[in-house]
Amino acid sequence: MFRPRPESPAATIAVEVEGRTILVPAGASAAAAVLMAGLSSIRETPVGASERGPYCMMGICFDCLAEIDGAPNRQSCMVAARPGMRIRRQRGARAIEME
Amino acid sequence: MTVDLAIIGAGPAGMAAAALAAELGLDTMLVDEEDAPGGQIYRGIERAAQSSPLGADYLAGRELAAGLRGSTAHYRPRTTVWHIDPDASRGGTLSLTAAGKSETVAARHILIATGAIERPVPLPGWTLPGVMTVGAAQILLKTADLVPEGRAVLAGQGPLLFLVALQLTRAGAPPIAVLETAPRANYHAAARQLPRVLWPGRRDMAKGLALILGLSRAGIAVRRAVRGLRALGRGRLERVSWEGGEIAADHLFLHEGVIPDTQISLALQLAHRWDDRQLCWRPVVDDWGRTSLPGIAIAGDGGGMPGPRRRRCRAGSPRSMRPRRSGASTTRNAIAAPWRSAPASPGNAPSGRFSTRSTARPKAC
Amino acid sequence: MRRFDAIVIGGGLVGTAIGYGLARAGLGVVLLDEGDVAYRASRGNFGLVWVQTKGLGAPHYQRWTRRSAEEWPLLAAELGERTGLDVGLEQKGGVQLCLGEAELAKRRTMVEQMRAEAGNFGFEYRMLDHDELAAMLPGLGPSVTGASWTPYDGHANSLLLFHALHKGFAGAGGTYLPNCTVSEAVAAPGDFRIAAGGETVGAPRIVLAAGLGNAALAPLFGLSAPVRPQRGQILVTERTTRAWPIPLGSLRQTPEGSILLGSSEEDVGFDTSQKPEIMRAIARRAVLSFPWLAELQIVRAWAALRVMPPDGLPIYDESERFPGAFTANCHSGVTLAGAHARVFAPMVATGTLDPMLAPFTAQRFDVPAAA
Repeated sequence: MFRPRPESPAATIAVEVEGRTILVPAGASAAAAVLMAGLSSIRETPVGASERGPYCMMGICFDCLAEIDGAPNRQSCMVAARPGMRIRRQRGARAIEME
Repeated sequence: MTVDLAIIGAGPAGMAAAALAAELGLDTMLVDEEDAPGGQIYRGIERAAQSSPLGADYLAGRELAAGLRGSTAHYRPRTTVWHIDPDASRGGTLSLTAAGKSETVAARHILIATGAIERPVPLPGWTLPGVMTVGAAQILLKTADLVPEGRAVLAGQGPLLFLVALQLTRAGAPPIAVLETAPRANYHAAARQLPRVLWPGRRDMAKGLALILGLSRAGIAVRRAVRGLRALGRGRLERVSWEGGEIAADHLFLHEGVIPDTQISLALQLAHRWDDRQLCWRPVVDDWGRTSLPGIAIAGDGGGMPGPRRRRCRAGSPRSMRPRRSGASTTRNAIAAPWRSAPASPGNAPSGRFSTRSTARPKAC
Repeated sequence: MRRFDAIVIGGGLVGTAIGYGLARAGLGVVLLDEGDVAYRASRGNFGLVWVQTKGLGAPHYQRWTRRSAEEWPLLAAELGERTGLDVGLEQKGGVQLCLGEAELAKRRTMVEQMRAEAGNFGFEYRMLDHDELAAMLPGLGPSVTGASWTPYDGHANSLLLFHALHKGFAGAGGTYLPNCTVSEAVAAPGDFRIAAGGETVGAPRIVLAAGLGNAALAPLFGLSAPVRPQRGQILVTERTTRAWPIPLGSLRQTPEGSILLGSSEEDVGFDTSQKPEIMRAIARRAVLSFPWLAELQIVRAWAALRVMPPDGLPIYDESERFPGAFTANCHSGVTLAGAHARVFAPMVATGTLDPMLAPFTAQRFDVPAAA
């Protein structure tokens, strides 16, 4: 539920948020992309399955954890959006991959 | 790898220190977790448009970023410092991680310039999606030109609350309400200080008044002395309530002042002191920013109290906005004079030299 | 001065377990706690209730640990009833992983010796090879050659244990005085007066359970507690889905999903700083054991000072010079919580320690080396 302000430069970077392609401006973080896609939460907590979304936008609250390009639990506010980036919800605890 | 000076944090203090140190011939490294220089105050500054709703004070940061880029300092973005091993004689060895790989860098001197964070103050419902910090709203504006859609409420205290309310308004998304949580007693106490701070603090006062007038002109309702703030909703924010009132909202942005980011200073087990006025821990530093460990210093908003002659501050004012002209710094200023240019201000042509004094920081975020 | 039936000095896991045990036995107890300036070994535990590595060459310690492991579920149950807190005890056995053939051979010899020394008390164990372990622990690394398993081992939520002991202590009528460093102590047989934090308390019984602080306190009461600090470092990962059904000695996973990596031992005095080379060694061994651990993010790392008596075994003593004064010192405050609350404390309540604890006296350190 965030929108570009009037007079903002054009959004040119295409990323995927939960399978949906959206355009975000250069300089936007993956967390900003999530908010532009209309999501207010991006994860469920591991123990209580509580819905959480970006809170501080500066890397100290750890509530914006998302799966980015297959890597789980990444602080989405600390990752710059790049063309083709795939951003998905972090559903609870990280699943262990044993090859 | 060994450097003369390792600086942690590419905000105003870090950028200024890096450029100056490099110019003075020190082999300097600047490490920062973000993608681009600026810290939080000047976040996204390299992409800022002249028409930015954030104003001239924000745009002044471009000079600092350009100074960093133009210097010979090694600038390492997207790099996290996760450990420091102090050296018994001075400085220490930093453990860094970048792109998933770890490395160590020894530094004869370390300057911690990690700045401040917004004071986290839990309240019922603060984890609901739709609740963020005021700083977060400003970062979204700075980095992605985004404004909240729908009904936004700002709540808390301190200048940033009013500044961002005005910036959002200028960006076409005026909040529907500003709820100030500062108790009336704070204003009474501050009013008693007025005679002594009116002249030295005139610039900050003028700025503050301009903020409040700007909000009033935009028709933004400011409720004062709000108590019992709560965020309510199922699955996400739906309403904000307080003692005696309630409002439907899609966004709640919270702010209760800024406090030093003490993660690194505490991990180093540096001496800290509790600041009773700002209700936070501060690292103990001398006038030169030196800490309790040799060769490790702190600059900028992460710094500590300048010794027994503390400045009194206005109610809710973040430390960065306090006037800093104490007598205790006269000696330091005199010694450092040969290395300083005239105080920087927007509109001055960059002289190639940057001041490491507190005036290198902005007067408003 | 306030009078009590017993004074306990030290509010960590050992002090609160003993204080709780005394209060539960009906004594009026005051627990003096130093506060954040104390050494606080309790903050440095790993959460294990560990039996299989305790007491090699010292059957009395093996038996004392086994006893505590038996008392543990009873302690957990009664704390649950009294406080409503679940301390999260899982006691389904544990394994001690071995990397390489030499480690495995050494481990096998050690557990065989433990069984021999246990005599008719018994010591049940099994040696597991790589394949048996891999069936139980997915993603096991090829360097793991095997492990020893015993049914007695387990782990618990030590933070909740601590909370429950404090709550149980208060609920049983105990008086807790925080931020009270002992400033003055007057000792006489059966009569002890302590000035701490502006208060003075008196009692006919006193238990010194102040961890590393005991070394200085003990002589005041005709006791000796020559304990030294031992630094240990731990790494904690982000929360993951459940990987292991049991604790693994130097690795364990909490029910919430965090994986704790240990272990290390350093003799560095009272230095609580962390060393990256130790972190690397811990991480390396963990990744050799389970290669998939390499992908996880470390979210927290810390170092803490644990309590180490000269031979690693606990020191339990009662003062000959001042009857009524006792001391309890150990490295394994979590594992021995069961025994401290339900066996040691009742002994103190009767006024004297059972002969089974005689081998734990500090006088064992006075025995001169063989001539």
